[in-house]
Amino acid sequence: MAGGIKKFVVGCFEDEAVLFPAVKNVRRAGYKIHDVYTPFPVHGLDHAMGLRETSLHTAGFIYGITGTTTALTCISWIFTKDWPLNIGGKPHFALPAWIPITFELTVLFAAVGMVLTFCYLCQLSPFVKKHHFHPRATDDLFVMAIECTEKTNEAEVTAFLEKAGAIEINTQNAETGWWIGRYDKVQKLYAETEKGY
Amino acid sequence: MSLLKYESQIREPLVDGNKDYHQVTEDIIRPIEMKPSRLWYIGFYISVALLLFGVYSVYREVTYGIGQWNLNKTIGWGWDITNFVWWVGIGHAGTLISAILLLFRQGWRTGVNRAAEAMTIFAVMCAGQFPIWHMGRVWMAFFVLPYPNSRGPLWVNFNSPLLWDVFAISTYFTVSLLFWYSGLLPDLATVRDRAKTKLRKLLYGVASFGWTGSTKHWQRHESLSLVLAGLSTPLVLSVHTIVSFDFATSIVPGWHTTIFPPYFVAGAIFSGFAMVQTLMIILRKVFGLQDYITLGHIEAMNKVIVLTGSIVGIAYITELFIAWYGQNPYEWYAFKENRANLFSPYGWSYWLMMFCNVVSPQMFWFKKLRRNIAFTFFMSIIVNIGMWYERFVIIVTSTYRDYLPSSWSTYYSPSIWEIGFYLGTFGLFFTCFFLFSKYFPVIAVAEIKAVLKTSGENYKHKMTDIEKADAEKFYIEEVEHAH
Repeated sequence: MAGGIKKFVVGCFEDEAVLFPAVKNVRRAGYKIHDVYTPFPVHGLDHAMGLRETSLHTAGFIYGITGTTTALTCISWIFTKDWPLNIGGKPHFALPAWIPITFELTVLFAAVGMVLTFCYLCQLSPFVKKHHFHPRATDDLFVMAIECTEKTNEAEVTAFLEKAGAIEINTQNAETGWWIGRYDKVQKLYAETEKGY
Repeated sequence: MSLLKYESQIREPLVDGNKDYHQVTEDIIRPIEMKPSRLWYIGFYISVALLLFGVYSVYREVTYGIGQWNLNKTIGWGWDITNFVWWVGIGHAGTLISAILLLFRQGWRTGVNRAAEAMTIFAVMCAGQFPIWHMGRVWMAFFVLPYPNSRGPLWVNFNSPLLWDVFAISTYFTVSLLFWYSGLLPDLATVRDRAKTKLRKLLYGVASFGWTGSTKHWQRHESLSLVLAGLSTPLVLSVHTIVSFDFATSIVPGWHTTIFPPYFVAGAIFSGFAMVQTLMIILRKVFGLQDYITLGHIEAMNKVIVLTGSIVGIAYITELFIAWYGQNPYEWYAFKENRANLFSPYGWSYWLMMFCNVVSPQMFWFKKLRRNIAFTFFMSIIVNIGMWYERFVIIVTSTYRDYLPSSWSTYYSPSIWEIGFYLGTFGLFFTCFFLFSKYFPVIAVAEIKAVLKTSGENYKHKMTDIEKADAEKFYIEEVEHAH
């Protein structure tokens, strides 16, 4: 669809105990859940929606060992090659004394890298404009957005959601693409890049 | 009801009162949306005044040199480094609550973690001031950074605990800030979505990074929090360990002790929790958050205080014993004469420390006192005084008499500008804390909602039927089967 604008049927639920079976039924009926917006992390919802596990922690590990190697290579180059300082006649390659700094840099690289990756993957940044399907999604509503394709019958989806226990249902047009550098272009939605969506 | 996770009713509820999700939002966000009270303004102005006095004190020190302080020939560290260690220590409780208690799955941390983490960040900011301004020629401060420079390049000494400290404190500050702010994003989005005015919408919109609450984002957020907690746990232990290395790797009698790292970490958590108590007791009262920071929370923190206080007590006694057992005359002299002898110049500070840190927290073995708010508040102040004196004792009583009696220093008492600097950091700390409590949700709203249905008072009552059914089932399956 041009401009990445799509049509969504949005259903709001009040209770996660109603939401879970609704997610299940919607998926079983073959509708495509774009996303569910919740005010807090609802455990198990990602599995119910069929999302794959995140590999953010793997990224964290890679950043961490990058920090470890950076610290060790830099310090050993500085103290053995570039400027071997004689400190009380002790060995130039003083590995035990470098462990504190190596550890700190491991943690620093892992933490900073992970947070930046998190923000990139979730497209979080100051001044980013995103479509919010319902203002109470950050308060007390669980908001399910179902993507409409050419084949989708809106009335049917609405009726389906009503039966599933949604307290408020409406239809919205929204731009949900990635925004970094290519906000207006037709792009692969991240919904398509994430398997299992 | 199948989703209702079961938690025994014997466990105290974490959220009191009849709450639903919306009520939680209301209770915690409302204080941010209202005009601050008169008390807030009074407190804020006092803090700013203290901060300004601190700025002037530092200005004197920078302009006229370190001689503005009463440091002398053998006492080179004095109040300045005492305050540094004290503030860093205070920060540790926040990380303990947010990271270690997360890994240990302690539900009660949700009520206090946000404010405690904020406390950590502000405390580390205050701590950082002391070594920086203590440099004297502070415009050379960037020399501590290892970068290719035109001085050789003359690199920093990577084998020095003082440089480890630079890395430890700056990493600690950065990671704490990231942890705190990533946790804040969803709650700032809640404030944004409730905002009525254009300005608030804009500011909270910018601050919340466009958070939507998408399930995928929450999944990543959970993973991020868990890994950051896993990173912060060894980090927080390393920070005070490294601070203790500033002393322990030297050969100064009274500092040359292998017990320092665990003893410093325990002391840091001890003093940090005392500060959390001081702040929380005021916060819950001023913002009416008694339903979220309950007596149960206060009691849990008091248990940590009595535990860590006792660890610190054992460390003091071990240190004293080893000084005698080790048969090093200098070490034993430092302990026997400079510290334990009540009639030596600083003997009073050693016994004040002993009383505040070892004797007084033992009161918390009594449940009545653990749950007494006024007593807890009083004790939190006592512990913080005691922990300040611990650092004072370590620094001053070890350095005021060195190996040569002719160079033993005269009695050290701080100058007005040294005191002013310390008061100034109180100003900085409380100015930041007042602003935080005015503009940010002081309790993690999303996290409270996540535990509400298992640990909320009104939801707990619904467990009665489940418990009854379970007991009957157990009876049928186990007891009758056995016969």
